[in-house]
Amino acid sequence: MRDACKPKGHSHECDCGRECMAIADGRAVIDLDLSSERPMHYTTLNCAVRKAMRQGCGSIEIRGVIGQRYLAATASVPGLHIAVHGTPGNDLGAFLNGPTIEVFGNAQDMTGNTMNAGRIIVHGNAWDVTGLAARGGQILVKGDTGYRVGIHMKEFGDVRPTLVIGGTAKDHLGEYMAGGTALVLGMGGEGVPVGRNLGAGMHGGRIFVRGEVPPDRLGPGAALAPVLPSDTREIMALLDDFERAFSIKSPRSMDGYVKVVPSSSRPFSGYYDKTSV
Amino acid sequence: MSEGAGAGKRLDHRLPERFVPTIDHDLCRACQRCVKDCSYQALEFRGSRVVPAGGCVACGRCIAVCPANCIEVRPVPPQFAPHGNWSERARRAILAQASSGGVLLSSCGADDDRPAIFDDLLLDAAQVTNPSIDPLREPVETVTYLGRRPGRLDVQDGRVVVREGDTPLIRSDMPLMFGHISLGSISYNAQKAMFMAAKELNIVAGSGEGGLHPDLYEYADRICSEVASGRFGIKPEYLKEVAAVEIKIGQGAKPGHGGHLPGEKVTAMISETRMIPLGTDALSPYPHHDVYSIEDLAQLISVLKEATEYRTPVGVKIAAVHNVGAIASGVVRAGADFLTVDGFKGGTGAAPRVIRDHAGLPIEVAISAVDQRLVREGLRNRVTVCAGGGVRSSADMIKALALGADVVMVSTAALIAMGCRVCQQCHRGLCSWGIATQRDDLIARLDPYIASARVVHLFHAWNEELKEVLGAMGIDSVESLVGNRDRLRYRGPNPKIAEVMGVKHIGEGWG
Repeated sequence: MRDACKPKGHSHECDCGRECMAIADGRAVIDLDLSSERPMHYTTLNCAVRKAMRQGCGSIEIRGVIGQRYLAATASVPGLHIAVHGTPGNDLGAFLNGPTIEVFGNAQDMTGNTMNAGRIIVHGNAWDVTGLAARGGQILVKGDTGYRVGIHMKEFGDVRPTLVIGGTAKDHLGEYMAGGTALVLGMGGEGVPVGRNLGAGMHGGRIFVRGEVPPDRLGPGAALAPVLPSDTREIMALLDDFERAFSIKSPRSMDGYVKVVPSSSRPFSGYYDKTSV
Repeated sequence: MSEGAGAGKRLDHRLPERFVPTIDHDLCRACQRCVKDCSYQALEFRGSRVVPAGGCVACGRCIAVCPANCIEVRPVPPQFAPHGNWSERARRAILAQASSGGVLLSSCGADDDRPAIFDDLLLDAAQVTNPSIDPLREPVETVTYLGRRPGRLDVQDGRVVVREGDTPLIRSDMPLMFGHISLGSISYNAQKAMFMAAKELNIVAGSGEGGLHPDLYEYADRICSEVASGRFGIKPEYLKEVAAVEIKIGQGAKPGHGGHLPGEKVTAMISETRMIPLGTDALSPYPHHDVYSIEDLAQLISVLKEATEYRTPVGVKIAAVHNVGAIASGVVRAGADFLTVDGFKGGTGAAPRVIRDHAGLPIEVAISAVDQRLVREGLRNRVTVCAGGGVRSSADMIKALALGADVVMVSTAALIAMGCRVCQQCHRGLCSWGIATQRDDLIARLDPYIASARVVHLFHAWNEELKEVLGAMGIDSVESLVGNRDRLRYRGPNPKIAEVMGVKHIGEGWG
């Protein structure tokens, strides 16, 4: 593997993407199989993606991705569509700020890490720590997710991240949640679609789960609450997004949804003693 | 909504006061300025006299605002029967916790009275064989650069070529930086004052983990933004427009602990900057949930470098803990451009007392452990080492440099310059000086222009004192002092400390 391309911010002429990127009519196609660099280093691929963005492409298609990390980190072009064929590596769309990333395959860990705005659509499974600390935008996962998904999501005013999981989530879903909405549909599986320690330490936001959530799955600070008409509207809107993204039908009956909310917005207010000693 | 994780009903038990404001009524003009200014409501106007109302924390605000100079704050003499083992503090803590069932919360740095190791170190000076330098008449260089060094330079056609793959270096006119104090733990005016001072001094200031207020991006080219486990305020410009980005793994005052900004301090501005609901506790998870190993840390460093297109140095801050040398080595190998070590006595806006006072490693030992380890592994020349935590004076700063730090991080001293009296009440959000509070009427007391000018004065004076010492040592550039432990001697009670730090004992010469 040759030296990684680290552009250092200057307008340098590098070879990244020269063999494998074709740009026409505002569409870029990057086919990793056409590159002599195998496996292509993530710095090369990200450099090529940035070149396509700088040239004003409205769509970037990346083929043959095998584990390249940090794809489209901080990408900020509104309306840009990035299609990823293959399996992207960790931190896909980290700090994403506007574009839509569609993965035709599975995503690995930390997808949408601290994302700000935009959408990540995964036509497969997304593994651990998906949506960590998301501040806005939407993540749609057709299949299952791993552990510690949707941790410490936030919201302010109208900016509210949403996460829809078509399948199941494992332990610690929505831990430290400070805002946003997570929806778990539990499609294609049996039993409880979420793991243990659900919503542990949450102090904002809401988690909807289709199916039964036994109380022993709830983490400290999380509580069950009735699903209100406003919640039903939000779930319906998320289901619309989900159906549009994956062209499939989702369960529309509002029976059997469970809502998990923080038991307190100040989970530690009684925990500390401020006496000077 | 429940009360959260408390142990249940309070069982109050009256404790004696710790401080009492004493008013000389012969001089008092009964203007009541002190009553108005006491945010702890420790003074009241009763009848025609100002009298103590209990709860004085010795913040000194009343003394400063009294036009008649008639107030003294006195520590209350011991109110407990003397006992060598059962100190008053131990008994107070037990009584408080028996009342509340709570974890004792505190702020500022560890306040035990054990002397700092800094005080056991003596500086060397030049005599005869290496002449000293007069810094007022000859140049003594204090400019320092933060960031990763390439390790070698390439020369092409007689010109030095900067090798690709190296993030740029950040110039600092002094080997000093402001440590990370978040907006939230301190007020907007206090943070603005720090940033203004950093801009004027051309040094770097930490943003803390609370995000950056839109109006403070004006100072972005002097700000090191912080990516902590709470990931507050992280948007593309927070990473791209700043001088440097630092991943905070730990803080010296509370190693291994997360952050906790109490809901009282989460005002509209804080909630918007952090993007969390108004009035909720702002919690930072104990670990970064995407960093469980050095390999994971390498990924977080790499994603930040990709995100900033390698224009911004990415550093890592760790708390000084017992295995700090090995951890530092891992952090440098993971790709950090600079490494910050925060010592045991470092400050905080809120930390459990048991951690603040009992966990971690004194910064003096941590600096030399890190420096020695990185030198041994051939890594030291690649990175900048920043260190801080309880640096109280230029002497501490100079000793920290000689022990092996490139840049010394100072926070509490800068706040003291603004007005802070280290009364250790930051966690209550009532700071009468407008520093560690989010109450508008209190914040308005701090004029950021005056506060900034005072901080500029302090750092300027320390830098001049650094030059004086460098000159006296016969050194004309601060880089020659960094890691120069030969110019220190230990005179403390435990020579083992000197041995660990790689510092000779007093009386031991060169050969």
